[in-house]
Amino acid sequence: MKALHDSARAEATTAAASAATKKPRRHSTMAWIGMGIVGFWLLMAIIGPTISPYDATAIVDVDVFSGMSRKFLLGSDYLGRDMLSRILFGTRATIGLALAATLLASIIGTAIALFAAFSGGWRDAVISRALDALISIPSKMFALMMVATFGSSMWLLVMTAAITYMPGAYRIARSLAVNVQAMEYVQAARARGEGVWYIMTMEMLPNMIRPVLADFGLRFVYVVLLLSGLSFLSLGVQPPDADWGSLVRENISGLGEGALAVIMPALAIASLTIGVNLLIDNLRGKRAAKE
Amino acid sequence: MNGMVLRLILRRLALAALTLLLVSAGVFFITNLLPGDAAQAALGQAATPETVAALRLQYGLDLPGPLRYARWLGHLLSGNPGISLVNNVPVAQMIGGRLPASLMLAAVTAAVSVPLALLLGIASAMYRGSAFDRVVNVSAVSLVSVPEFLVATVAVMIFAVKLRWLSALSHSADAATLGAFIKSYAMPVMTLCCVIVAQMTRMTRAAVIDQLRSSYAEMALLKGVRRTRIVLRHALPNAIGPIANAVALSLSYLLGGVIIVESIFNYPGIATLMIDAVSTRDMPLVQACSMIFCAGYLLLVLTADVLAIVSNPRLKTR
Repeated sequence: MKALHDSARAEATTAAASAATKKPRRHSTMAWIGMGIVGFWLLMAIIGPTISPYDATAIVDVDVFSGMSRKFLLGSDYLGRDMLSRILFGTRATIGLALAATLLASIIGTAIALFAAFSGGWRDAVISRALDALISIPSKMFALMMVATFGSSMWLLVMTAAITYMPGAYRIARSLAVNVQAMEYVQAARARGEGVWYIMTMEMLPNMIRPVLADFGLRFVYVVLLLSGLSFLSLGVQPPDADWGSLVRENISGLGEGALAVIMPALAIASLTIGVNLLIDNLRGKRAAKE
Repeated sequence: MNGMVLRLILRRLALAALTLLLVSAGVFFITNLLPGDAAQAALGQAATPETVAALRLQYGLDLPGPLRYARWLGHLLSGNPGISLVNNVPVAQMIGGRLPASLMLAAVTAAVSVPLALLLGIASAMYRGSAFDRVVNVSAVSLVSVPEFLVATVAVMIFAVKLRWLSALSHSADAATLGAFIKSYAMPVMTLCCVIVAQMTRMTRAAVIDQLRSSYAEMALLKGVRRTRIVLRHALPNAIGPIANAVALSLSYLLGGVIIVESIFNYPGIATLMIDAVSTRDMPLVQACSMIFCAGYLLLVLTADVLAIVSNPRLKTR
């Protein structure tokens, strides 16, 4: 599954690049829209619980699965709790867990990649083979096995998502690092007798940081989808905590009557993932147009 | 088929077998990492140490890890993945009851999505840059980055709640008439198709466009050949390999999607079985289900690789 994502992404990069040479202006507006959406959710993750109209766990409506009203902007859930407050409350778990897992995956993946590319030889071969083997377990399967064995505490979810997506981050960063480490400035630094740490952090990393950051964004999207998928199967974030995936699950009984409470958290996830995608694709397009 | 191709394929097969072995070791050790063991879990907290010890002996839990792995693998290969800890039914029997339903769902999805994706992909490559192409492209990108359960809930909202054409839940795997068959499969298949068609369309389009950029396509264009003919007669035969590869890879996405889709529609397949097993921590069942999913995934990736080797014309001339 991850290999598929990688190839689809490579294709998306070229598509964005070729489109950007033609119409750079329209794309920068798309990037602004993406940035707006991502910025909005990040802000909500920080201040959301303080501005929510009701307590997220309080039953405030006598009616369950009610529709939009002035009192309850996004209706109420299966117990009569305010849906807007529930979603604002879930933002922190959704974004916080995913951000922690993606940071871990990207930092560890990039660090191992730098080490592998810099050392080369058998070390590189062994690391690459081992991580390739990890990729051949589908990501959802791996996550399900981890949850079956260790339960679903918050830190376990973060660890699981980080381990699942680390090999992908490694692959991208390694292919970048292999190119960078063949450059003259790296050879010059080696000839000067600089230390390994200096060369990796001061010479190599700054020259591959932008694609690594773009990859970070895409990986964040996969992590959000994986974690909310787990919560949707009620194997992820456990009550009383809730992320957007668990909000969809707990209100699933309202699906047959078309309840707002089911669709709204799902839409929140979609807006976040599409926002990140818009941002990354179009920032990349802009850079490709400049070059 | 010449020796070169055969050698490459054999090497691929050997590599796949090795990977499957590694994956099985991974599955076994991940699910056995915790110190608390199956005997204790099966008997509960109230069990006396003696009964736990007896059951441990019966399960073979007193043996060292690698030996247990070897025994487990041997049993798995002989078609006996153990006995469920939750209801004492052989795992093989539980899976046997559910697997056909899942395979049916996968088969119907493939039968619908492959032709549809090929059509969309080739058409959008043919009219590259047109409004049609842009619409297909944007919808494909959005569908890929959205959770499956959003697609499923939107489908239910539209077809079950608003239009009342279909029921929200899919129950029967044995539908008597064609109408009933379509009704019970429509929703899950539609949801699965959305995501797979999106992936496959993008990859098909890329494969055809890649061929259209080649010099022989330019030559045909300069000769004055019509666009349709260039795509269908010149580019398409050469793109078959990459397209077949894309189809196999996209189908491997089914394995992830099916977990969510079976759960949301209450479909009696192997994915719902595995989810239940995970929440009750029924390890033998979790292991067996994971192995089925991983083997299916590796098989599809292997097929994709072999198709790519077979269809590579450069390997034939040597």
